[in-house]
Formats: sequence, C-alpha cells, structure tokens
Amino acid sequence: MTRAAIKIENLSKCYRLGETHEQTFSDQLVRIARSMVGRGRANSLRQAKDFWALRDISLNIMEGEAVGIVGGNGAGKSTLLKILSRITLPTEGRALVRGRLSSLLEVGTGFHPELTGRENVFLNGAILGMRNAEVARKFDEIVDFAGVEQFIDTPVKRYSSGMYVRLAFAVAAHLEPDVLIIDEVLAVGDADFQKRCLGKMGDVAKEGRTVIFVSHNMAAVQKLCSRAAWLSSGQLLAEGDPAQVIRQYLDASGTAADGGSDTKPGFLYYSESAAAHAKARVVSLQLLDSRSTPVSEVATWEPMVFRVGFEVAERFRSFSVVLQIATLDGAVLILTSTAPDNTVEFGVDSGRYFIDCTFERCLLSAGEYLIGVGLAIPSVEYVFREDALCRMHVLPKDVLGSGLPPTTKRYFVASKHAWTRPDRAPEGGRT
Amino acid sequence: MKPMQPSAPNGDQEDVLHDEFFGHAHLTEISSAGRSLRSDLRELWAYRDLLFLLVRRDISIRYKQSAIGIAWAVVQPVITMLIFSVIFGRFAGLDSEGIPYPLFTLAALLPWLYFAKALTGSSDSLVASSNLIKKVYFPRLILPLSKTLSGLVDLAIAFGVLCVMLAWYGVVPGWQVVFLPLLILIAMMTALSVGLWLTALNVKYRDIGLMVPFVVQIWMYSSPVAYSMTIVPAQWQWIYSLNPMVGVVEGFRWAVLGKALPALEPILLSLSIVFLLFLSGIWFFRHTERTFADVV
Repeated sequence: MTRAAIKIENLSKCYRLGETHEQTFSDQLVRIARSMVGRGRANSLRQAKDFWALRDISLNIMEGEAVGIVGGNGAGKSTLLKILSRITLPTEGRALVRGRLSSLLEVGTGFHPELTGRENVFLNGAILGMRNAEVARKFDEIVDFAGVEQFIDTPVKRYSSGMYVRLAFAVAAHLEPDVLIIDEVLAVGDADFQKRCLGKMGDVAKEGRTVIFVSHNMAAVQKLCSRAAWLSSGQLLAEGDPAQVIRQYLDASGTAADGGSDTKPGFLYYSESAAAHAKARVVSLQLLDSRSTPVSEVATWEPMVFRVGFEVAERFRSFSVVLQIATLDGAVLILTSTAPDNTVEFGVDSGRYFIDCTFERCLLSAGEYLIGVGLAIPSVEYVFREDALCRMHVLPKDVLGSGLPPTTKRYFVASKHAWTRPDRAPEGGRT
Repeated sequence: MKPMQPSAPNGDQEDVLHDEFFGHAHLTEISSAGRSLRSDLRELWAYRDLLFLLVRRDISIRYKQSAIGIAWAVVQPVITMLIFSVIFGRFAGLDSEGIPYPLFTLAALLPWLYFAKALTGSSDSLVASSNLIKKVYFPRLILPLSKTLSGLVDLAIAFGVLCVMLAWYGVVPGWQVVFLPLLILIAMMTALSVGLWLTALNVKYRDIGLMVPFVVQIWMYSSPVAYSMTIVPAQWQWIYSLNPMVGVVEGFRWAVLGKALPALEPILLSLSIVFLLFLSGIWFFRHTERTFADVV
C-alpha cells in the first residue's frame, strides 16, 4: 500500500527582480520622493520585474519512490527544492510533505570552521532536526561512514574539502529521513566516496523512503531513480520513465526550447539571457580548428579547440572552468577542468572572459555528442553547470585507413593504436 | 550476552512534541498562508536542542584561538570600570551618592555590558547566519534568541568580579538581591524586543548594521551607567525614566548596593513599552520571516 510522500499542487514562485538586498533606506527614500513629485515609476532606480521561477507545478511523489529532477540552469530545480525544504515559501499553491525531510542542498551548511568535527556533527544534527540523544546514538556510525575518526576533535577549518563533504553527507544521510533531497552534492568528493553516497541513497530508497535527486549526471539519475521529471523555465515539461524523460530533455537541449540557441553563426552555443540570481554563466561556446577559425564541426583525429565565453557577476578568488563531452545518453567520455583536474589556477573579477581548451586530436568517432560546460569554485561547488549546453557533430574520417571510419554506431572513442601480426606462442611454455 | 538496547525513548511529553514536528507520520503543509503563533511556539520548543547548541557554539567560538580565552569576560568590565573611575569618578568628580565610585559604576556596567552585547548580537543574528538561512529550515527566531542567551555566561563571570569588589569594599547586599534575576530578565526582554525589530530590518536594509553601534553608544549615555541619576534635572527625571535600561541599571544598584529606588511609575510605564515592543517585534519578525531567505 503506497501513499503520497509529497503532494505538489499548482505550485508557483515569483521573485521580484530588481529588489535586492543592496537596497538601502536612501534608495527607498529616493523612490518615494520620485513617486511623490510625479516623475513616475519609469524613472525609478531599479524597475521591479516579476520573474516566475516556478509556474503551476503539480506532481505527486509516492513513498519509496526515487525521483530525479532534470533541467537546465534556471529551470527552477533549486527553487522547487528550496520550497520543499521550507527555506522559501511558494507564492501560490501548496505542497504537502509526509514525515521528516532532510535536504542536502549544499553540504556543510551549518558547519562552523572553528568548531571541531564532533561539535559540528551535533550542531548540524540539531539544525537538521535531530535530538541530541539521537545524534549521540548515531555518532559512531556517522564518523565511521565519513572516515574521519582521527580528526573528529580537530576544528573543521583544518579539514580538506573532501573530509568536510564526507562528514556533512554522513550526518544528513543518517538522519533517517522519510524524504531525502539531494542537490548535486556528488559534484564534490572523490570517486570512491561518490560511489558510497550513491549506495547510501540507494539504500535509503530501498528502505521505502523517498528520494528526490537533482543532478546533471544523467547516468546517476538513470541508475538511481525510478521516475524522472523535467523542468524547463519553471514548468514541468515531462515526467515518467527516467530513460524516456532524460532522452526528451537531452534531445531538446541546444535547441530554442531550452533557452540557449545555436543560431548565431560560428557558435555552438550563444545566449545573452542571464538566469535570475546568476553569479556566473556561460555566454558562448565556439569550436575552432587549428588555425583558430570557428568551425561548426570537426572530423575524427583533427585538432579541436573549445573557446568558452563566460560572464562573472562578482569576484571569485578561485575559479575554474569545466568542460565535458558526453554521449547522447549522458555517459561522460571526457571531463576536464582548469582546476583541480589541471593546474591552471586563477581568480576572476566581475566581467566577461573567454578561455580556450585545446585538444591536439579529437578522439571521438563520428556522430553526435553533448557538450557540457561548468563554472566552479574548484573542489567546492559549481556556480554554473549545464551538462547539455549544446551538441557537437563529429565528421567521419577514415583515420585507420581501413575504409571503416569510426562512428558512434559501433564505438565512441577512436584512440590511436597498432596491432601486430600474430606471433606463434612457444609450445608448452618451454623456452 | 549484552543487555538489550533500551527500546524507543520513553514516551514523555517532550518526545511527543518532537514527533509532532520531526516524526515519520507528521504532515507538513507548505503554502504562502501563515501559521498560528501557537504552532510556531510549539515548533520553537521542539527545536530547543538547536537553541542550546547555538548558544554553546557562540560561547565556545568567541574565545577559541584567543590567548587568554574566557578571561576576556573579566577584562572588559574591569577595564571599563577603571577608565570610568579615573575619568568620571576622579577627574570629573561625578557624585556617586556616597558609594565608592568603582563599585557604583561596576554595578551598572554588569547589566549594561550584557544588554549592549545582547542587542548588538541579536540585531546582527540573521545577516550573520545568512548562509544557514539560505540552506536549511529551522525556526528563525532561534537566532536572535540564542544571541540574547549567550551573553548570560559573560554576565555570570562578570558577576564574580562584582563579588570580589563587594568583598574588597566590605559591602554586603541586602535581601533585595533576590530581584536580580528579574532585572536581568527585563534587560534580556529589552534587548530581544529591540533586536527582533532591528535584525528583521537588517535583512533588507543593511543601514541597520551600521546604525547599531551608534544606537548602543547613545543608549549608554542616556542610561545612568557612568553617572548618577541625580544629575538629571528634576523636570526631566520622568521622561528620562522611560528608558527601560534606567530601571534595570538603577534596580541593580538598589539590589546590590542598597541604593534607594527611583520613582516606580515611569519604570512601570517603560516596562509596558518593552512589553509592547516585544509583542510587535514578534509580530514583525514573523511577518517578514518568510522572505528572509529570498532577500538576505
């Protein structure tokens, strides 16, 4: 017998743009004064504009379901999660949540750098709604899962970011939530830990608890979720079987329906429209050949250069650009970043930039690929991430000289290699 | 064999309440409609462990990585007392109504320093925890509340200083000393009431953060901390006493040093003002609470 764990009924959320915290008394006074002398609202400093982050979303999630939410940047995924975890209230509609909800919108929330791991576990547990006694009961299990035994009495400011994330995830995962909300925590941490997290999430789902998973990792969504929902521009475009929904989402990406466009000549992706509250965003992506001329496609084994144009709205002391190439099913073939995957370390002030990533040789076989670009604070968090920013087409080329150019119909990666002719093995192992 | 684990918590009142908010059967409705004050207060109580931990966090980080640690809670009132004694007691020769000036001003500094810290802390509490507010849900009221509570530890330590000073001057407090907790409660209520307004406003208007130190300074000069209330002209006494901290500070001197109480009527009136401020503060806080995460 299953019943709804979450009922979302006609949920909408409206933000007023132009009304920010930078507002001061004097701004307000100027505005009041202007409206009084009749210069009208047209002249006001910042015109308030309504922005609907979510529009009329209805969705029922049954107990024990694992639902993946996919969609591009600014699609409303985060807003939906924020409403479900009660951080912000909806403008219209309502949502009902049965039982205890724990959200991992960003791990390490509530961790205080000066406090020790032990103190932080108790504090974080309390923030997530656990009683002290409950945390004490689970304490060993939490520390064990995080693997930070030796450092538990060290202030967390001395932790590596990986340890930090592990401890935070461990606390949240051991809360015994009825509904567990996870947003991109798996973007950080090492592969081994990511695997354990996915395992833990799988356990949670198997125990009949409900999981809502927001990720750009389509393979993880497909593996973990029994259902998927696709949000775009605040609207629910599709929901149902994960493979099908992901396919629809990926098919639509890079086309006008998803916000971005590939219409500007010489660009794989170009978008002037910024999502609300964006701290940083990708403006453009160009593919260049060895002579730095923009091209629309490359052939297997030809040199290729990706030129990423991005815009930053505030100062970042440490910044990183991430580029990935995936199959249309979302399996990542190539992922690289300026840091930590490479040692190109830099910070950025607000402004527009472009950066090149050169591949001496395109190892992809002929066919369609999804290009993803991310902007991040290295090893901490993504500030922009779009795994399906646009598509790229690789032209066939008979690189092996066999008359059988590599294509995605048979395999994806065309690595340079060589076969020998067979040598007869020595008889009976005698030498 | 190992003894069996004690089964589920003994179903006392508190756990029933905790279950109401964190239990597996609890149904939470999320909508733009507000909730009742009663259910908000019950929820606040269910989160009391968090309040306790935040108070503890405050105290432990305040003195972490400082060489003399908790001794700062002694240094601050002592140094202030010394400066006031030299400048106002010796150089300016202010009247201290027959009480040794250091004792006279220390008895006032105790509630004053607590109040100033509680007011500053609670006014800043939401903005200082903006990271938390944007990422998790918990009753926001806990933040200003924890700031008014964490100052109590410093107050208790400063109290030790006062005891030493009393012994030094050979002053023994009378029976009135039992009123001290009440006076501290009034100081706490005043700080929290004003703090609720300021912290909620501070979320949207950062001017408040710049204003608070100034407000605290002015407030101190309008309270009889460094001087005696007797220097205020008689016709102004009544209005002067509307400042709730006048009642608290003079009350402290009365309770500890046996100094005569000022007129009670204005003090009672100021208490009702505090009470109104408290109620309106709660109302305003609850009213703006829903948008904190969006604007902070």
